[in-house]
Amino acid sequence: MTRNIRCLLFACLLIASSGLGLTSSAIAQDGEDLRFIVVSHGQASDPFWSVVQRGADAAATDLGVTVEYQAPTTYNMVEMSQLIDAAVASQPDGLVVSIPDGEALSPAIEAAVAAGIPVISMNSGSDVAADLGVMVHVGQTEYEAGFGGGQRMAEAGVTNAICLNQEVGNAGLEARCAGFTDAMSEAGGTVEVLVVDLNNPTEAQQRIEAAITASDDVNGILALGPTGSLPALMAIEAAGKTGDVQIATFDLSPEVLTAIQDGTMLFAIDQQQFMQGYLPIVLLKLYVTNANSIANPILMTGPGFVTSENVDQVIDLTAEGTR
Amino acid sequence: MTSSSAEQEIAAAQDDRLLGSGALSRLLVRPEMGAFFGAAAIWLYFAIVAGDRGFLNLGGTASYLEVSAQLGILAVAVALLMIGGEFDLSIGSVIGAAGMILALLTVNYGWNIWPAVLVAVIASLAIGFLNGLLVVRTGLPSFIITLATLFIIRGLTIAITRLVTGRTQLGGMRDAAGYDLAQTLFASEIRIRGAGFSVSILWWMGLTIIATWVLLRTRFGNWIFGVGGNEQAARNLGVPVMRVKVTLFMLTALAASLVAVIQVIGSTGADVLRGQQQEFYAIIAVVIGGTLLTGGYGSAIGAALGALIFGMVRQGIVYAGVDADWFQVFLGGMLLIAVLINRFVRNRAMESRR
Repeated sequence: MTRNIRCLLFACLLIASSGLGLTSSAIAQDGEDLRFIVVSHGQASDPFWSVVQRGADAAATDLGVTVEYQAPTTYNMVEMSQLIDAAVASQPDGLVVSIPDGEALSPAIEAAVAAGIPVISMNSGSDVAADLGVMVHVGQTEYEAGFGGGQRMAEAGVTNAICLNQEVGNAGLEARCAGFTDAMSEAGGTVEVLVVDLNNPTEAQQRIEAAITASDDVNGILALGPTGSLPALMAIEAAGKTGDVQIATFDLSPEVLTAIQDGTMLFAIDQQQFMQGYLPIVLLKLYVTNANSIANPILMTGPGFVTSENVDQVIDLTAEGTR
Repeated sequence: MTSSSAEQEIAAAQDDRLLGSGALSRLLVRPEMGAFFGAAAIWLYFAIVAGDRGFLNLGGTASYLEVSAQLGILAVAVALLMIGGEFDLSIGSVIGAAGMILALLTVNYGWNIWPAVLVAVIASLAIGFLNGLLVVRTGLPSFIITLATLFIIRGLTIAITRLVTGRTQLGGMRDAAGYDLAQTLFASEIRIRGAGFSVSILWWMGLTIIATWVLLRTRFGNWIFGVGGNEQAARNLGVPVMRVKVTLFMLTALAASLVAVIQVIGSTGADVLRGQQQEFYAIIAVVIGGTLLTGGYGSAIGAALGALIFGMVRQGIVYAGVDADWFQVFLGGMLLIAVLINRFVRNRAMESRR
């Protein structure tokens, strides 16, 4: 009887080790000493974060270092800070984190810095990164991205625009609208913020349609995400104002890319998250092997713009999972 | 092993029904033995694979014990409830709700931390009471009732927070009155040679000991086994079935509010998504710990060991250098293996009794 139990336990150990063994030996094959850990708040099952992970993995292959990617199974700041703790305890040569909640993650990040591990933040946390002792933040700052969008819209001849906000209270989205407004004002235009509830797309479309038919002055819409841009596109079409009202959006989706290809959408503001995975690894390697560091506190990966000029190329790259 | 379960071992040895079976099989009949061997095996495994990468040092140990502690506090209460024959899927949402109540009252309304903690705990107890009442009054499976409250409470937390603050994330607890004492009690670290061991580990151990004592040494413990084993028979023997079950639901909600307080004080803020999936992790820990899904059989020590296994796997993945993508595969695999071992051990133990 005891022999049987021992066999069973041994078998389960064996199964477990064969699972782990595969992955660890694949990592070990790189044969390099440097080991960096990425802890993000986004799961690789999310299309956006899958691209970030591809970026980090590509950097690992290109530079011949080891990169391990960790994320909580759901958006959970407690679990994420515990993952950072574990990463620190495993003494990596460098750490990359995203900081969506500076307050919840600050003890873990400060502990990493105190342990002498070089830390780079990416994607979110540009406002708190420097205070926590992070070397540099790699990402898109919301205000500047909105500002860039405003400049482009003004160039395209838009004078009176709507900033379509689908999440009131989200500070990041409000900063995008603020940047957009400032850039449009500089060019002599005006911006009105329209709040829509995307849980009810039909109602959202009606509100947008009402806003653009109520005034003939409105000739541009900036959506703050692909989910907001779709009802806006439909509203423009329903109002018969295709071509009269220009539309642009933040972030990419298959529908957005098709609309740009068709010419119904002006451009999409792209934060190019592949670089948010790739660049921190490059910077960490340079820091560790060559004592180099970036002088800017924030390295901006966005705003990048997808327009009719480069959309075909971007669509091809999307299929490869790097955009 | 605590002394109380060791005494139970001695008591079992004097039971004539067990005469003639070996000492080992008597030990193996304990529900937590599968988890005990499981925990040892998992520890050994990560010690070999990741021992040189931080798993074995004090910092690494502190890191997985903290994960285990927070889950373990939940799992011990859930174990009592599951031995009593019921489920509670709403505890993850209760963590979110209690945490948000605490953060709202202190950050938004400037309350002192302690009355805010009290309100959060009372609200959680009320949710537990409601869960229990709905289950015993309607006779519907608790799985369904608490699945409904899972969504209702999570939805209310998101809706009310957004209504009041316009945000989904609240920070700034550090400035609240009474924070320092609360921090010492719920979120401080005990420094052992440079590594910070979370005080929640003590809460976890303390609750495990109390729950084990209740289960094995008190009348209420007997009632829990009775209610979960055969509800009708228990009722015929005069066990206040309804009271026992409602109390158990209130205990799981209480444990959830304790975890919420620990997390909110520790991270100095709350967000509306806290606690998601914790109900499933707690059930996994309890089942790994040898408690039967059908009720009437199980152990609090087992649940604590189940939480220990969970923590070692969760953090061990980081030390072993395996991408997070694989974590859920491991978790599911671990659950399956644990259930198989438990069944095997129990069947052998039952056979040896004949």
